[in-house]
Amino acid sequence: MSDTLVPEGTMIGRRVERREDERLLTGHGGYLDDLDLPDALAAAFLRSPHAHAKILSFDATEALTLPGVVAVFSGADLMEIQKPLAPKVQHPQLRDYPRLPMPPQELHYVGEPLAVVVAESRYIAEDALELIEVDFEVLPAVASTAVALQENGPLAHSGDESNVAVLLTQSAGDAAKALAEAPNVLSEEFFVMRGGGHSMETRGVAARFEMATGQVTIWDTTQAPHYARQQLSVIYEMAEDDIRVIAPADVGGGFGPKAQFYGEEVVIPWVAMKLGRAVKWVEDRQENMVTSMMERSQTHRVDVGFDDNGLLLAVKDVIEHDQGAYCAGLQVPSITTSTVPGPYHVPNIEIELRACYTNMVPTSSVRGAGRPQAVFVMERMIDRIAEHLGLDPADVRRRNLIQADEFPYKVGIMFRDGSPLTYDSGDFPTLLEGTLERIGYTEARERQAKLREEGRYVGIGLSVYIEGCGLGPYEGAKIRLTNKGRILVTLAAAGQGQGYETVYAQIAADGIGLDMDYIEVKTGDTSRIPFGQGTFASRITATCGPAVMDAAKQMRERLIDTAAVLLGCDASEVDFVGDKACLGGDLEKSVSLQQLAQTANIGKHGITMPRGIKAGIETSSYFSPERAAYASGAHAALVEVDPETGEIEILKYVIGHDCGNVINPLLVDGQVLGGFAHGIGNAMYEEPVYDVEGQPQATSYLDYALVSATEVPPVELFHIQTPSPLNPLGVKGAGEGGTIPAPATIANAVEDALRPLRARVTRAPITPARIVDAIHRAESTSADQD
Amino acid sequence: MRDHATEFPTRTQDETHTVGCTVNGREYEAVVDPRMTLADFLREKLRLTGTHLGCEHGVCGACTVIVDGAATRSCLMLAVQADGAQVETVEGLAEDGELSPLQCAFKRNHALQCGFCTPGFLMSVTAALREESVTTEEQAREVLSGNICRCTGYTGLVKSVLEASAGKEGNA
Repeated sequence: MSDTLVPEGTMIGRRVERREDERLLTGHGGYLDDLDLPDALAAAFLRSPHAHAKILSFDATEALTLPGVVAVFSGADLMEIQKPLAPKVQHPQLRDYPRLPMPPQELHYVGEPLAVVVAESRYIAEDALELIEVDFEVLPAVASTAVALQENGPLAHSGDESNVAVLLTQSAGDAAKALAEAPNVLSEEFFVMRGGGHSMETRGVAARFEMATGQVTIWDTTQAPHYARQQLSVIYEMAEDDIRVIAPADVGGGFGPKAQFYGEEVVIPWVAMKLGRAVKWVEDRQENMVTSMMERSQTHRVDVGFDDNGLLLAVKDVIEHDQGAYCAGLQVPSITTSTVPGPYHVPNIEIELRACYTNMVPTSSVRGAGRPQAVFVMERMIDRIAEHLGLDPADVRRRNLIQADEFPYKVGIMFRDGSPLTYDSGDFPTLLEGTLERIGYTEARERQAKLREEGRYVGIGLSVYIEGCGLGPYEGAKIRLTNKGRILVTLAAAGQGQGYETVYAQIAADGIGLDMDYIEVKTGDTSRIPFGQGTFASRITATCGPAVMDAAKQMRERLIDTAAVLLGCDASEVDFVGDKACLGGDLEKSVSLQQLAQTANIGKHGITMPRGIKAGIETSSYFSPERAAYASGAHAALVEVDPETGEIEILKYVIGHDCGNVINPLLVDGQVLGGFAHGIGNAMYEEPVYDVEGQPQATSYLDYALVSATEVPPVELFHIQTPSPLNPLGVKGAGEGGTIPAPATIANAVEDALRPLRARVTRAPITPARIVDAIHRAESTSADQD
Repeated sequence: MRDHATEFPTRTQDETHTVGCTVNGREYEAVVDPRMTLADFLREKLRLTGTHLGCEHGVCGACTVIVDGAATRSCLMLAVQADGAQVETVEGLAEDGELSPLQCAFKRNHALQCGFCTPGFLMSVTAALREESVTTEEQAREVLSGNICRCTGYTGLVKSVLEASAGKEGNA
């Protein structure tokens, strides 16, 4: 990626280093736990040790005698806030269970909060947790979708009729008929394992109540401060204006789980209000492992019908989705159902969703959000089609890909944003061919054949994917000329490392026609801007970007009009030189931004404004996309597998990526490469295993393998840019594309490597033990056949 | 079980220790509980909040500081163990407001996103580069492998280690 094509004087498209970096590199970031809140108390939660249990009795008498303990509240002590945390994405047929902030009676997963201790220090609060006596009646637990959906099996919620959350079907054409008539049909069952977000900073909430104003200030590591405020104003029955939610300028990663809303976010501010003291809770890593929402876990039973040339005729997929103990929203399974067809022509589609409740931590979006599973299923089946027909898997993809001249392309089913699934733009064949060229596909196939003769197992994996991103409903920006004569861009969106302070200054600089140095960006504080949605679904560049550009253009007009009045000239004669608005570029005939602020914003008390000057130089804009934009990409991996140990060595990896126009190539590359590492984790390492009783088995990084620099292979990344017609910047999301196809790509490569052994890869992550098992299974199957 | 109780008498909350140590060249003294970790001591007692806690069981490396020359997980060390020690934290890397070559390399190569793990990486790599130069990508990945970053995918970090190491040799 190079910025040589960027027109001189514009900042969009330029590889600008980040403004955030200096404070973060010198230890002066301001993360939640760094806040200096004098006399703040520390909170710790008592959590359910059982996957499913009734609370029979609760006794905190001894805990309360411990010096330094200020208060202990059980769920029953805070009945006034025990109101359901609503699912984010709902459906009329959803059988929703109220997810209470701190349930007073029945608990539904290990880690669910049941009481909170507030003390002078976290050390003391944790001591107190040990002294609380709780009697439980342990109930049967549901620890998989298979158990959840079995007849007469245990129930995740006592007294319910079944564990089904929702049954939904999406279809286009007639898949059943097409499958019945197809000359070839292949079927398979796939399972994709849960995985977590694992931001390096855990979740945290701090709150302080101002008795004098009746306002509560809440610092929250959330990705969506306005969403949190909205939820809290309903639960607390307080006006929005009395609740200020601040996502600190520095939040240590999000990846989805921090876009959700949790009981702790309700309990901590409430307790701070009750006690009249500042209270801070910072999740520790063990809590994070069992209480921060996860994603992924899905079983797919797929049937694919195709002709003798490998052309897809029909896809039928039945998806079992693990909703966890409660439905935090149907966003993930509904994204999965609409991502299955991917970049291919699929004339007949039927996707059936069976979302069910289990006694595990609730699931919601984690980077990729329902898409990696869908891509895994479709891309594995494309490879199976190639194998069945003896075709090259690259050719099968070529034959089925939607072509560059077919946009907008209507798939025939609905997307999770409520609109018909319609791809806005893209060029999938160019992505595939570019990826094949860079992986050296033809030579790699030749080398593979040669190495196979030597008894070595080398495989090539390909994946092409699409990613619905830039979702609505809206995002906004406010721009103000400050009294000091600087431009302040305020976003509702809260960042977690994406570089908003840099990117949105670039956009505003172009919109106003001012140097970035005069522009400052602030994010994620409900008191600074009234409306907002939040950072999720790779949506901010495509929603907030156009809003900033529009507000910036308005700001330019306001500044220039004001300057023209002061300079006594026509607006068309005014332009900026540095921070001065000049007549015909002449610094002698200029007014500074500060003078403009002095005139239009500060004014003189009681004195009439100069004629023609409009008071208050502030602009705002909210952008509502018509529907989701579609980013896309292709991945290719060359791997060697050791059939004895099951070890996978990634020899080469190539990513082709298209997120439309690129605002800052340095940062977009960072997003893609970071997402890729997450994808490698999902492909080969990450497994939050629960046992049959619903007990989490991986609750530290000793048991849950997060990839380090030695596990992530070097990767060659290239971009193409097909602008989105859905927003004036032509941008799409970049945050998840690196993650989405990685498990599919590795799985395809591993099965391709082991093709002579007929070993089947049907699960992610693909671990050495599973590879060896698959080889053994294939050996015994072929022995049976002999 | 009871016998152990007499062997290891229960310590009371009141029992505190005075810890004196040098952090980034400046001497500090503070009274701490014996169980306070070095990380909490730096963050809470000295208000040096650049050192971050990512896992508190010694795996993620976010809390890495340099104690008497050695990269150390400050979540696994008690403050009392640092009595008399020379401690270096991320706050001490830049001299007179000038970023160190490694910090500059991180910025240039977008080796940080959320920045939470960054201080740990900086301290681990600083300690490693004092011991020996890093000339290959493989070595760089080894040097980085004791710390976890969820944002960057490590590409920028690998480049930064190599560039900082080359620059250091160039200056020598």
